[in-house]
Amino acid sequence: MNNYDAIVIGAGHNGLVNACYLARADLKTLVLERNPYIGGASVTRELYPGFSYTNCSYVCSLFRPEIFRQLELSRHGLQVIPYDGGCTFTQDGNYLATYNDHEAQRREFARFSARDAEAYDDYATDVMRHCRFIKPWLLRTPPDPVSRKAKDIKGLWQLYKDLQVLTEAQIYDTLEFYTISCGDYLNRYFESDVIKGHISNSSIIGTGLGPYSPGSAYVLLHHYMGEVDGRIGSWGVARGGMGAIANALASSFKASQGEIKTDCSVENLIVKEGKAVGVALENGDEYYADTIVSNLDVKRTFLKVVDKQHLPQDFVTQVQQFKIRGSSGKLNIALDGMPTFPALPEGSTAIRGHVNIIDSMERLERGYDDWKNGTWSKDPFVDLLIPTQTDPTMVPPGKQMMSVFVQYAPPVLNTGEWTEEDKQAFGQTVIDAIAQYSPDFKDLILHAEIRTPQDIENEAGLTQGNIFHGELTLDQLLFNRPIPGYAQYRSPIPGFYMCGSSTHPGGGVMGAPGANAAREILADKRMTV
Amino acid sequence: MINFSRSLEPNNTMVIPTPFHERSFAANRRGHWTSWAGYTIADEYTHADLEYFAVRNQCGVFDLTPMIKYHISGVDAEAYLNKLFTRDIRKIKASQVAYVLFCNESGYTLDDGTLFKFSNSEYIFCSQDRHLPWLLDSAIGFDVEIKDRTDKIAALAVQGPTSAAILKRMGLDGIENLPPFQMQSFQYQRDDLIVSRTGFTGDLGYELWIDPYLAIKLWDDLFTCGQNYGIEPFGSKALEMLRIEAGFILPHKDFLPANHVIRVNRGRTPFELGYGRLVDFDKGFFNGRQALLKAQQNGPRYQLVGLEIDGNKPAYDAWIYQNKRKNVGTITSAMWSPSCKTNIALAWLDANAKTDNLWVDIYTNKELKWHKNMVSCKVVKRPFFNPARRNAVPALDF
Repeated sequence: MNNYDAIVIGAGHNGLVNACYLARADLKTLVLERNPYIGGASVTRELYPGFSYTNCSYVCSLFRPEIFRQLELSRHGLQVIPYDGGCTFTQDGNYLATYNDHEAQRREFARFSARDAEAYDDYATDVMRHCRFIKPWLLRTPPDPVSRKAKDIKGLWQLYKDLQVLTEAQIYDTLEFYTISCGDYLNRYFESDVIKGHISNSSIIGTGLGPYSPGSAYVLLHHYMGEVDGRIGSWGVARGGMGAIANALASSFKASQGEIKTDCSVENLIVKEGKAVGVALENGDEYYADTIVSNLDVKRTFLKVVDKQHLPQDFVTQVQQFKIRGSSGKLNIALDGMPTFPALPEGSTAIRGHVNIIDSMERLERGYDDWKNGTWSKDPFVDLLIPTQTDPTMVPPGKQMMSVFVQYAPPVLNTGEWTEEDKQAFGQTVIDAIAQYSPDFKDLILHAEIRTPQDIENEAGLTQGNIFHGELTLDQLLFNRPIPGYAQYRSPIPGFYMCGSSTHPGGGVMGAPGANAAREILADKRMTV
Repeated sequence: MINFSRSLEPNNTMVIPTPFHERSFAANRRGHWTSWAGYTIADEYTHADLEYFAVRNQCGVFDLTPMIKYHISGVDAEAYLNKLFTRDIRKIKASQVAYVLFCNESGYTLDDGTLFKFSNSEYIFCSQDRHLPWLLDSAIGFDVEIKDRTDKIAALAVQGPTSAAILKRMGLDGIENLPPFQMQSFQYQRDDLIVSRTGFTGDLGYELWIDPYLAIKLWDDLFTCGQNYGIEPFGSKALEMLRIEAGFILPHKDFLPANHVIRVNRGRTPFELGYGRLVDFDKGFFNGRQALLKAQQNGPRYQLVGLEIDGNKPAYDAWIYQNKRKNVGTITSAMWSPSCKTNIALAWLDANAKTDNLWVDIYTNKELKWHKNMVSCKVVKRPFFNPARRNAVPALDF
């Protein structure tokens, strides 16, 4: 009854992707979810009557089209719709909009700098080159540089070959790109503070880095390498909210005879004779399988679910030192109608995309200073999106849902744990910041969900509320992710695997860690999908 | 149809009109438009073939305004341009228009264009692509000012056998004596009209440069004076036919500007483009010099050639084979040449490919059934079409 071939802990999108592949290989697979609903951070919930909140992750670009196709997610109801627009408001009442037409974008940049308007082509070409370099690696297991196994040597050889298609100058540029700051990188191309501020926004989302922190240039790429229908850098919304992705995966999983149990919090990994054999739930139930996969982040997995007695001390230390700093919060706001933004010309499409209100890297960095001091940014970065313009099915006609990603917010305040008062003050800071650019915004608010990093940890289970399951810096990427020597989805305990975003290639609703882990698990069983 | 009644903010319109739009809009009976560098210009006014023949037989007018125009001035202008471009700029005289290339430090061509010299301290550089960051970075240490004047100068190409006669009738006295690649300034209304004997059609022809407020007046004058000389507007489709016949290369089609290259080795050196004569190693340092010296030593990897192909089906995007088997190149531009009654193309061949026994595979759709044809071709000299009137001084009336 309680015996399975494989058990996946956590019904987030990577757990479900992983489970889908295992079930398709005819393994009797069980997914256990702590919450009463599935999806993890890829979730849609009705928190106010008639309003669907896509209250964690809010847009989709990185999800691998290969997985979409292989798991037949279209047949299971998933639609990803691209949207256009986006802008950064400036403090002097102006705006910088994003257009998907090349020349319209150039003319828009030229309002701030004629030089930068033309430099954007050079920048886009160079970033695209980095995308081309990294993209094939998303669905590959990172090779271990100290291993002498044929597949690792082959993988390293591939990495070497990928570098060799670049010129000398490009190889230097690539090595630099993975380590320097977003600020240093953008300064090579641009002079306008507003343009740099506009572009640098995606270098800090989800990370405990400022735009001048080394390593932040790569985070730019992580947000740029996605695609919708082959258009690199394009973003879309899942019809019905991000929960639609989890729901389609669950449907695909069930079609392969997979089983999902919600309200099942795993307390312990059961290890017998050094091997993983099952899990024990908080309610005392036990489920058994010789393959257990954790979709939880690496800290939660090895510091909470697995007893230390089963783990090498070096490993435990490294897990403890893994950087997983929470840096962001979120507001999800039900609106009585469409707020107006007077800085934008009438009929502007800019409002359909991401709206930012930080117009320079300097301000972004000062916001980061607040975070380092243990408080939320008093002049916060917000990534504001009203996805119901693209997907009106999520709200009653005429109403809107606003998703506000906020940075920076620390997991613990300098005064201690977040209190309800702190949380309300944090929410008010964000609402006031937005209201500066939209005078009717406050009056339209029907309900606001405020989520601190602490809330995100408590509800979605992300340690410190870090949306990427760990920083995306070179010391934690590729064969270093999450821990050197354990980057191939296996753990020190035979039969126990990792498939979450703490593993290569990292966070975002990408599905790649789940798919890569499934491939390794099946290889250990000498099976293929 | 594009509604330009609103403000021209990028928020309102993705493309903007040229100063001639009112007239080209009225003339565009076919209603085909295309976007060039953010401007909307006529793709086809009536029929591309007829517009093409207007240029080869009478006179055609093309709205050239979107051509990127950088104004370069300052006491160091000559020295600066000599560093920027591969050829020796010091040899260019005032009122001369020079064809120039410039490269990045890997020796790959960033773009080609025409350089208009007004004096040692004032030039205008016209190109297809935008290059302001490169131009500005190259100017560090030089006393020069570089300004994008694209939307400050309206331009028309007036091309074809009767073009000189029409301009003469318009009152441009002595225009027939203007030699190819020279320019002359004429008083027009209370402003200057710059006329250069240049063009992208390989025929007798001129390019007219003027302040945008006089654009409509200029168009009207031209068409009034050209009434009995067969003057017709022509669009970008006809221009593409004309430029292939003339053997001119087009960035993004026949070569990729080096700053747009993502994959390594997709750039092309001037030698590979067949413009080695525009690289002057004797003039001292210039951008790309070291790499080009090495490239010259190593020899080109590819050669850009003109092809004459059997049959009458254009070899769009075709592979080129040696002995029907070994792939030795690809076609970049192809067309049936109405003037030569020949199937012609521009193509990249591997540098070491033999130029005999060459074949191209052409796919033809015969009533929804595809046929694959191996067709013989041979390398020929460019331009494919080169009438004597093109360079005659004085220019003939027709």
